[in-house]
Amino acid sequence: MAKRFNIRMAGVGGQGVVTGSHILSTAVINAGGESTIVPFYGSEKRMAPVESYVRVSDEAIYEIGEITFPHIIIIFHPQVITHGKSYTMPFYFGLKEDGIALINNDGPMKLHKDQARELEERRAKLYYFPATKTSLDVAGMDLATNMALMGCIGAITGLTSMAGLDQAVKDRFLGKGFVVSGGTAALDSVVERKFKKKQELIEKNVAVMRAGWNYAVDKGWAAKEIQRAEEPAAAAAV
Amino acid sequence: MSETEVKTNPQGDPITSVAAPPSAAKKDPHAEAKRQKVVTPEYMFHEAPRTKEFITGSEAAKEAIRRSNVDLAIAYPITPQSETMQLVGVLYGEGYVKEYYRGEEEVGVMAAIAGGSRSGVRCYTATAGPGTLRGLEGIASWPGHRLPVVAMFTCRVVNAPLAIQPDNIEVSYLLNCGMIVFHAENQQDMFDFTMAGFTISEKNDVTLPVGVCCDGFFVTHARGYVRMQDRGIKLPPREAWRGAVPVLDAENPPARLSRDAPVQKSNFMAYNIHAVWQQEVWAAVERSRRYIHKYMGGLLTAENIEGAEAIIIASGSAAAQSREAVRLCKEKGLNVGLIKVRSLRPFPTQELRQLCGKAKLIVVPEFNYVGWLAKEVATAIYGFSKAKIIGGPRVYGGQSMPVELIVDEVESGLTGKKSTNVAMSQIMGGTVNPDEVAHFMRSI
Repeated sequence: MAKRFNIRMAGVGGQGVVTGSHILSTAVINAGGESTIVPFYGSEKRMAPVESYVRVSDEAIYEIGEITFPHIIIIFHPQVITHGKSYTMPFYFGLKEDGIALINNDGPMKLHKDQARELEERRAKLYYFPATKTSLDVAGMDLATNMALMGCIGAITGLTSMAGLDQAVKDRFLGKGFVVSGGTAALDSVVERKFKKKQELIEKNVAVMRAGWNYAVDKGWAAKEIQRAEEPAAAAAV
Repeated sequence: MSETEVKTNPQGDPITSVAAPPSAAKKDPHAEAKRQKVVTPEYMFHEAPRTKEFITGSEAAKEAIRRSNVDLAIAYPITPQSETMQLVGVLYGEGYVKEYYRGEEEVGVMAAIAGGSRSGVRCYTATAGPGTLRGLEGIASWPGHRLPVVAMFTCRVVNAPLAIQPDNIEVSYLLNCGMIVFHAENQQDMFDFTMAGFTISEKNDVTLPVGVCCDGFFVTHARGYVRMQDRGIKLPPREAWRGAVPVLDAENPPARLSRDAPVQKSNFMAYNIHAVWQQEVWAAVERSRRYIHKYMGGLLTAENIEGAEAIIIASGSAAAQSREAVRLCKEKGLNVGLIKVRSLRPFPTQELRQLCGKAKLIVVPEFNYVGWLAKEVATAIYGFSKAKIIGGPRVYGGQSMPVELIVDEVESGLTGKKSTNVAMSQIMGGTVNPDEVAHFMRSI
């Protein structure tokens, strides 16, 4: 049977929901799997609802379009739940039985009793993960919230590896052409400075991602064969 | 897969990603196009080695045009559109297309395409949604004038309220024009059907336009793997003298185009001319079958039909969703077959009669409200199959069809449970209870 996860990510503008889904998708492909993404948003502005649909599998994916019945939902921001900032209401609409809801919050949220009951009826697993806090602790910025969540979901699905995620971040921020074209030695000082900044950015992002990955392993959420990732050397916040 | 994968269209903006490298600035921009070698359609479709690329449906159409020796392409960029005609414009810059311009609107574009084809050159255009209907007057006249053309229809919503997402209801307007109509499932089909379309449309005993449809956006804007022949080869040019009707000579226009049109005389001669003409157009549609077999490998593809408890029949994006439905059914222990209809005109009537002879349940998911495919299927197999036909599930206005809806229909169809998604009036054949249908019709 194919290992297949249809993942619906919901967050707000500026959190990098689409970037996060792109990185997860690339990471799964880097690790030899298959993946597709469908971003979904209205006007592009900060704090406006954003959804992204990611399909990951170890077999060919033919399906297209939005995901109505996900195996996993990822909530990037508590306001998706509390303010209904989502294209899908309530946030768990269509979640399959025994599905997973990974929610970025410092602790369990108080849900409306009807919602709590419906989630229980579906035997939904609610995983609360303080992704923004992790991003702040590890990288000294909240911008890597998406990375924390992607690390976490990478371990939960077990369809990629930390190395695959690592490479996906590099692909995303450096662009393959940039690295291949000349190498750092041939770059002029301006580009070199930018490159150094990017290098730092990548290291921080990867460190946060690793923390997310390990959080999932420590909590026992990760797929069977998934091990803790090596602690990053440059994890300290600057 | 052992095939090598090349990236001639790197990810990113499709327009900038195809710009010529700076070093080529002084060189002849048409140099590569001039070096293209003509090969036979047989070599092109059956023998030429292919490499795999990850590109959008619009880019796939562009790559098909690159290898199709196109003389004239006319664009009208309306929203909702795809980048296809814009990308074909890039090909014009590179010398792969001999003539290219932007029409004033679709009526003008379709009329100009008719003129181009009538003068004997190979023509291509693409439109979408409301643009298709605006151009339909011209499009519907192409078959009667026996004009070989390939037109791409990247289906969008055409009926109010306005939406710009894919909904393939516009295909139903094209089905009765007398043109050949293909429905592409994915980027690969866009590529293959477009190229095969030119070859089939120009066959002497066909001489008809070909419409290549896809569910826009899902196919045109999304990327998928496309296996393509080398860009250094192309199809032979159109040899208009081989066509069923003579090429227009502007100085000596054939009488039937300019004088004594049947419409001017309401008498039995006029009716007779019209009848003969229409019969010949549809006979030509029939004759295209063998070329569709030859160059495309058949009007449909069938998987896992033998011993299947139920068969899903779908075209376009619904076929993609149905593949996943078959997989989910398998996980639930249900053995389900899949028939993907590639050619809607001509319709694979004989093939369906044969494949569905023993079927008990047929489910026809569609991305439109009216269910044109379900009607086609029911008409085709009437009297040849006792299967219960569920005309649904359907999504419209551009919604993606959840695979789970298709699985629901298969399950409810097999267990006899009442469907919550499909109206009773859309369930045909089998043992339908007429009282239930009547009750449903009274209640709506």
